[in-house]
Formats: sequence, structure tokens, C-alpha cells
Amino acid sequence: MDYLDALEYRSIFIIREAYQKFRGRIAILWSMGKDSTTLLWLVRKAFLGHIPFPVIHIDTSYKFPEMYRFRDQLAKDWKFEIIVVRNQIQLDNGMGPHKDMKLNCCTELKTNALKQVIDKHGFQSILLGIRRDEHGIRAKERYFSPRDAAFQWDYENQPAELWNQYNCFMREDEHYRIHPILHFSELDIWRYIKREELPIVDLYFSKDGKRYRSIGCVPCCSSVPSNAASIDDIISELEISKESERAGRAQDKEDLYTMQKLRSLGYM
Amino acid sequence: MSQYQHVFPVVITGHVDHGKSTFIGRLLYDTGNLQSERYHEMMRSSENAGRINEFAFVLDVFEEERERGITIDTSQIFFKTKKRSYLIIDAPGHREFIRNMVTGASYAEAAILIIDAAEGIMEQTRRHIWLLNTVGIRDICVVLNKMDIIEYNEKKYQNLLAEVSSLFNEFKLIPAAIIPISASLGINIASRSNIMSWYKGPCFLEVLENLEKKPIEERPFRMPVQDIYNFNGENLIAGKIESGFVSAGMKLQLLPQKKSVSVSAIRKFPVDIESAFYGAAIALKLHVTTDLNIVRGNVLIGDEEPLCGRQFPATIFWFHDEYKNSGHAIIRCTTQAVNCSIMLNQVFDPAEPDAPLSSDKICVGEVAYCIITTDSDIIIDHSSFIPEMGRFVIECDGIPKGAGIFR
Repeated sequence: MDYLDALEYRSIFIIREAYQKFRGRIAILWSMGKDSTTLLWLVRKAFLGHIPFPVIHIDTSYKFPEMYRFRDQLAKDWKFEIIVVRNQIQLDNGMGPHKDMKLNCCTELKTNALKQVIDKHGFQSILLGIRRDEHGIRAKERYFSPRDAAFQWDYENQPAELWNQYNCFMREDEHYRIHPILHFSELDIWRYIKREELPIVDLYFSKDGKRYRSIGCVPCCSSVPSNAASIDDIISELEISKESERAGRAQDKEDLYTMQKLRSLGYM
Repeated sequence: MSQYQHVFPVVITGHVDHGKSTFIGRLLYDTGNLQSERYHEMMRSSENAGRINEFAFVLDVFEEERERGITIDTSQIFFKTKKRSYLIIDAPGHREFIRNMVTGASYAEAAILIIDAAEGIMEQTRRHIWLLNTVGIRDICVVLNKMDIIEYNEKKYQNLLAEVSSLFNEFKLIPAAIIPISASLGINIASRSNIMSWYKGPCFLEVLENLEKKPIEERPFRMPVQDIYNFNGENLIAGKIESGFVSAGMKLQLLPQKKSVSVSAIRKFPVDIESAFYGAAIALKLHVTTDLNIVRGNVLIGDEEPLCGRQFPATIFWFHDEYKNSGHAIIRCTTQAVNCSIMLNQVFDPAEPDAPLSSDKICVGEVAYCIITTDSDIIIDHSSFIPEMGRFVIECDGIPKGAGIFR
């Protein structure tokens, strides 16, 4: 079997398991980045072109204008409805990625916004496009990852997960994070995007010698030096790169364990 | 065919503190696979913890792991050589984290067993060989770590070599190699070192590059039903092919109903496919003449009927809490989930296989030969014939607590 087919089939199986176990109580988080766009495409593959559950965009209001335009265009092209969520109370109070406040900002505008939408709609599971090779902490994730009511990730007590058996027993006030593309590497994602001819935000392509390798909120993303102006260029660049993907992401670096703290608080 | 190769997944196992995480960190570094940001983060956190170049910190990223100097959870990291790409799976060596070790090992094609040359074979060394053998991993490369601590002593190496060989012999296994190394100093990892001139064998990387993926053997078609969809008024059967292949027009049988069906189409978005093989997650449109009452857990098969029944002999291993003989549990085998009870016949600790334990219960880290009795029919194959159809997870109180194979 082709290597990209093998990755794709594994993801499709997991997406279908999640749908089977949580029908009517499941949603997908879409951030318009390359990973969650790939995930959204895999959902269409799993369900023969359909997206049989809501697509959520957690909007911090600090995203790139290109991302908002891409969001509205793809929703039209692929014909799906989006639930846009903002933590409006915190935004009205002036919450933003100010100095030494990034952990707070991510927690309020992303994690707590997600909490609000889960409560409002009664979702019990959320599909997320995280990958193991993004960060050491994410490398320790399971495909099906339970979170308690306070959104805490009890990483010392993760359930065993083997042989395609995914634990999804619900305790009270719990929800599951489901990670169908956990096994894709950054390079796999780009090779897959190329093969499937997926649309992608053009922030990833080089302009004036710089490009974004990972996208999120404008103040917390910096571009990296690169001349990769096409998907083929990006693939060639990554085949030799030794820089990590999230090198341009501020929230990972405020202190050594920020990512662990963020994730244990329920960050994506 | 794609121009890219499959990633080769390898799990690193061994007793606690024998140096698994350090070994991986070193391997990444010596093969030029450590991303500069992760390298600098490792240096910075090593300094914070008052240590020098703690390579284990590349994988042990939890604050608790670094403070306690142990691996708690399994981790995965990609790494590539000129020949191919690897997925390195780090597995914890503590008995209390055995479920994380099993989780990690279940994704692997081959294993590295690391043994501290000064300490020798320990409890988890034995337990891990047993578990690897049970989950079907037969390619195991042994590395004898911390040779620098025993001053590269050839005699000690020879003694350990004999012990390891005889341990493997108990399982009718032959190690792919037994290599003296030092993970912290990078000796015999990515290149051969002269420091042990008496050792004429390959370095670790050479052995790794020659490990092969198990060939996929020709087996009859099996597809457990995962779900049933109805999009645009068309009924589709979703499932993953656990063995064999299927093509449009093929005649199949649905079990346990024993009803004949034929495949009218294999639906795929955006274009349908004509045939599909082992590992594919597909959606079948079936041509049927009678009502099938098809549900999740039914199995579509080709030739050679599998076993269908309510009582099967099995080998199980336990990784969470304990199980009292004949208690209530759920067995999950492919997409089947059925109530069951397990009669424990012979319980033992694989670290001490000659000292049988009481059959009243099975605890974390122990294994048992047993008889599993289910409330309704299940469809299986022997694990030696079709591994995917012959292995299962045992769940109690909603938590996966054990796993096993049908003998």
C-alpha cells in the first residue's frame, strides 16, 4: 500500500470510530491551518464527501485577515456551516497577547472559548488536528484523549490504547479530544496536501524571503526565512530543515513548561 | 507507487534506568536528527536541573519526568537516515507504567531492548521480552548500555551475551544483534568505535537499517463492520480490511448471519475504487436480496470461515488494577464488543515464570493462560493465522485493563 494511503486509512478509521461512538455529540475544530484543513478533508473522505457534524472555529479575533477570507471561501466551496466562537466577555475586558500574558490569553481566548461552546451545544467529543511531531508534549498524546469537566489532561494516567481499540467511556462531565492525524508528520501533511490538491492559506508561501510555517494569531506568529513559494518548494525545504515547526510560535516559549501547563489546562 | 517509503516503527524497551530515553536522544543527535530548537531546549533544561547534556530530556518533556528522572508516558519521534524514515517509540520501564509500554509496543514492527551492562538482566527486561513476543514482535535488537561504567570489559560482555542468548532461547527467539554501547558517550550507536577493539560486530545503526518489515501474508478476506451509513439514500457498510482483499463484484458472506452478499461498488470520495487491500478503511455498497439486519461487529468474509463461538482459550496480560477470577468484563476484538468472563487457569509473573501465582486474580504486570466465555457469539481467527482477528482488549468499568491473543 502507498505510504500516504496508509496514513489516510488510519485517520479515516479513527474519524469513523469517533462518529460511531459520539454521533450527534461530536464536532470538529477548524483553525484554517494546514493540519486542520487536512483533517476536514479526511472527514469528507470518511463520509463520502459529507461533513456530518458541526465545524467550529475558535476565533480569538487576532487571526490573519488571509485566514478569515480563506475560512469563508472554503465553507462556500465545500458547503458546510461554521460555528464561530469568541470569548466576548474577555475580549471586551481587553484580553490580548500582551507581554507575559500569553499563557492567560491562550487560556481565555482559546481554551475557555472552547469550554463555552462545548457547554452550550453539549458536545462530548471534539476532533482536533494536532500531530505528534509538533511538540514533545503532543508526542505523548493518545488518539482518544479524555478531559475532565475542568478540561484537565491527566497525562500521568492516560488509558492504554492498542490494536485500534479506542477507549471512550464517559465519566460525568467529561469530554474526549480525538486526534485522527496524530501520526502525520509535517512533511507528510505537505505531501498529502500536494497529492490531494487541497486549498491552503497563502501565508505558508514565501513572500520577500519569508514565510509562515505554522499559523495562528498575528501577534504570536513570526515568519521564518524561506524562499519556498510553492508546495513543492516547501516539501524540498522540509526534507533538509533542522528548525522545528513551531519555532515561530510565541506561546511555546515563555518558560520551559508553558506547553505542558497550557495543555494540562485544556489547551489544544 | 509512491516515491516515499513507509516509516519503520521501532519501540525501545528495557528496565527502568537502563538508559532508553538517553539512548534515543543520543541516536537523534548522532544521526543529525535533533532539531536545533529541541537540542537547545534540552541543554537549557539540563542546566536548570543541574545536569550536563541530559539527552533523555529530548523525550522526557514532562516536568515530573525530568524531576524524577524517569519516563512516565510513551512518546514517539521521527528520525531519518539516508536509507529510510523511522518512528522511534520510547516506552517507560517502570512496572506501574506498563500500560504505556504496551501502548507504545503495539505500534511497532521491531524492538530495541536495552540492558544496563553493569546491572544485567532485570525484572522489566524479562517482562518486556515476554510482552513483545506476545504482541507479535519477533525482531529484537539488544544493546548492552553503559559499557563505559564497566570499563569496556570484554569478559563481562561475554558473560552477559551468554545470559541474554539463553533468555531469548526460552522464547525461541534469536536477537538481531547484541551490541555493546554507551548511550551517554555515543559509542557504537551511529558509527563503530575503536574503544572496544575486541568487538567486531556492527554498530547499532547498521543493525537498525537492516531490520525488515514483516511481509504481508496472503490471507482470506475479513472486514468487521464498523458502521452503516446512509448518504443520499444509499446504504454503505464501513469497515477496515483486517486481511485479504476485496473487489467490485466479489461474493462475500456476512457472519454470524451466514448470509451471502455481493459487492456492487467500493465507494471512495472523490472517486470510487475497483479493489482494496489489507489495511484499507473502505465503504462497501452491497447487493442483497434479503434483509441482513447488519450491525456493527458483524464480519464480512471471503473464503475459509473463521471461528464463531462463545468460548476460546487465550493468553492475557494485565496492565491496570487487578481482575478477580471469573469477574465481569467486556472483550473488544476488532469492532466486536461483548460481555464476558475470564477463567484464569495459570497466572504468573513473566519476570519469574517458574514461580506460579494464585489463580484467584491477575495483577498489573502479570500474565495468564485462561478460557474466555462470552455472552454471545464472537468471530475470531487464531492470532497465528490472522493477528488482527486474533487479538483483543479487556475492559472493566469502562477502562482497558488487559489484553491478549487467542491461542
